[in-house]
Amino acid sequence: MLYFIEQCLNGVQLGMLLFLLAAGLTLVFGIMDLVNLAHGSLYMLGAYFAATFAAWTGSFVVGVVLALVASLAAGMALEVVAIRRLYGRNHLDHVLGTFGLLLFFNELVRLIWGPAGMSLPLPPQMLAAVQIIPGVYYPVYRLVIILATLAVALLLYVAVMRTRLGMLIRAGASNREMVGALGVNIKLLYTLVFGLGAALAGFAGAMQAPILTVQIGMGENILILAFVVIVIGGIGSIRGAFVAAIIVGLIDTIGRAFLPDMLHLVLSTNAAHTLGPALSSMSIYMLMAAILVFRPEGLFPAASR
Amino acid sequence: MTAPLDTSLDSALKAAPESWLAPRTVVTGMLLTVLALVPAYAGLTGRIFVMIFFTRVLIQALGAVSLNLIMGYGGMVSFGHAAYLGIGGYAVGILAKEGIASGFVQWPVAIAVSALFALGVGALSLRTRGVYFIMITLAFAQMIYYVTIGLDRYGGDDGLTIYRRSQFGGLIDLENKMLFYYLCFALLIAAVYLVARLINSRFGLAIRGARSNDRRMLAIGYPTFRYKLVCFVIAGALCGLAGALLANHTNFISPALMHWTRSGDLIVMVVLGGLGSLFGPVIGAATFLLLEEGLSRLTEYPDLILGPVLLLVAVYVNGGIEGLLEGRRRG
Repeated sequence: MLYFIEQCLNGVQLGMLLFLLAAGLTLVFGIMDLVNLAHGSLYMLGAYFAATFAAWTGSFVVGVVLALVASLAAGMALEVVAIRRLYGRNHLDHVLGTFGLLLFFNELVRLIWGPAGMSLPLPPQMLAAVQIIPGVYYPVYRLVIILATLAVALLLYVAVMRTRLGMLIRAGASNREMVGALGVNIKLLYTLVFGLGAALAGFAGAMQAPILTVQIGMGENILILAFVVIVIGGIGSIRGAFVAAIIVGLIDTIGRAFLPDMLHLVLSTNAAHTLGPALSSMSIYMLMAAILVFRPEGLFPAASR
Repeated sequence: MTAPLDTSLDSALKAAPESWLAPRTVVTGMLLTVLALVPAYAGLTGRIFVMIFFTRVLIQALGAVSLNLIMGYGGMVSFGHAAYLGIGGYAVGILAKEGIASGFVQWPVAIAVSALFALGVGALSLRTRGVYFIMITLAFAQMIYYVTIGLDRYGGDDGLTIYRRSQFGGLIDLENKMLFYYLCFALLIAAVYLVARLINSRFGLAIRGARSNDRRMLAIGYPTFRYKLVCFVIAGALCGLAGALLANHTNFISPALMHWTRSGDLIVMVVLGGLGSLFGPVIGAATFLLLEEGLSRLTEYPDLILGPVLLLVAVYVNGGIEGLLEGRRRG
């Protein structure tokens, strides 16, 4: 039972990270109608930025904050230089163009940081584990991730629902042409939205950096998970992305932790050990396929566009 | 989603009989001539690696041709097409490992299993459209990807070496690299011919009609779902064949074959060459792989150039290389 609670927390933690990625992806998708395969590259860049800045400044927190700023800048620059030219095209052009960007960023990172991965050491006080409920110890840093991403999610919610910029973003999501016609600088709005998405992705990468090795291609698999999240949640819906991210995070983590043992009850040890991980990796895609078959617009369809 | 794709259909329907000297005809002819002469060149100069490289081009082109059938003509953007390469490859690999080396068994099984998988995927995916279709096909490909990772007996993550190429009982020896090359070439040409026959048949017109306006096709009495599903299955079977060839070519298969970026490669080849044109995918596959190979010889960081090239094609070129040859441009 205690193990179960721990795994649930891990699931929530993965879910929160996925949400950071998915929020940017779903905003860009919902507002600019852009399929961005290079979103995972921004996640990777965030992780590299964090590792580099933390090494320079000697402070983990400063490193992450600088990485956030750098990702924002990188995202906005990318939008102005390249992404902007893809708006209004069909999705295949998006796939071709952003696939090119993905290749470019992987290579750029190899050029700048070299082919070997990096690691981002945690400050000692974050290495400890705390007792969250009697008997359950949980690493401080994972709690930090959950709380930090939760704070960002709240901030995002407030920004989107309560500020003028957020109002424009929501308006842009439901009717782009009308927002432009009302005199809003839609180009600037798009640049800001893309930058915001990039910053969220970069932040996710920076937060994840101490847990994983920072390496080339680290954004590729998690990008697909983020796509699964926004499709399950309903494209363009931040609330949907949040709920779906938690669901996907929990299913993935709990499946990985318990499925092999559960299979063990009906299968031989060997079969359970090989089938378990494969089945748990598949489970979220099965969930997504099932949801698309029964609710083709996702769980929380954004207002019909 | 569908609207901007329509230009190719319009031009295809309107197309006046093309002059034999039209740039696209010339380029296609040149490419086919080069492809036909590669083994001779390799044999004369002893550069066997050229032939091996072009064998890969032919096989990937076959995969791209099959993707183009559903994507270019049917408007069904499958982001999981590499799954069929993998299924075809694993069918050959698994049968070989279990001691069934006969190609008369391996290849039909590869095609049949791919077709069956396509039937399942298509039946579920074709209920959705647009970006959701892209994502659900991706999801199914990811499932197969993880299934093969879980196949411990067949190498799991590390992949599986195939020690003997498919045996055709003395009819054709695939160990002979030149014979294998020409087999791939012949199959590619046959596939392009099949696609040409298909899209110009009543069946093909229904598929293309459904891409332009599904509701109208339904209204005039075509069960478009069934038409699209059959088309999807044919494409899956063709790509399964490509997978069987690929397994024989590399003598090795691994889940990496089905990573989503491989599906991305196939889409890139089709779009690069020219969506919805018969030889576009062949041109696209050759261009993409040649660029990749050439750049990696020139520089240590090939994708630093390849990536922006793809972006530029997406931004400035309408209809890929085929479109460029026809003089279609976009500012």
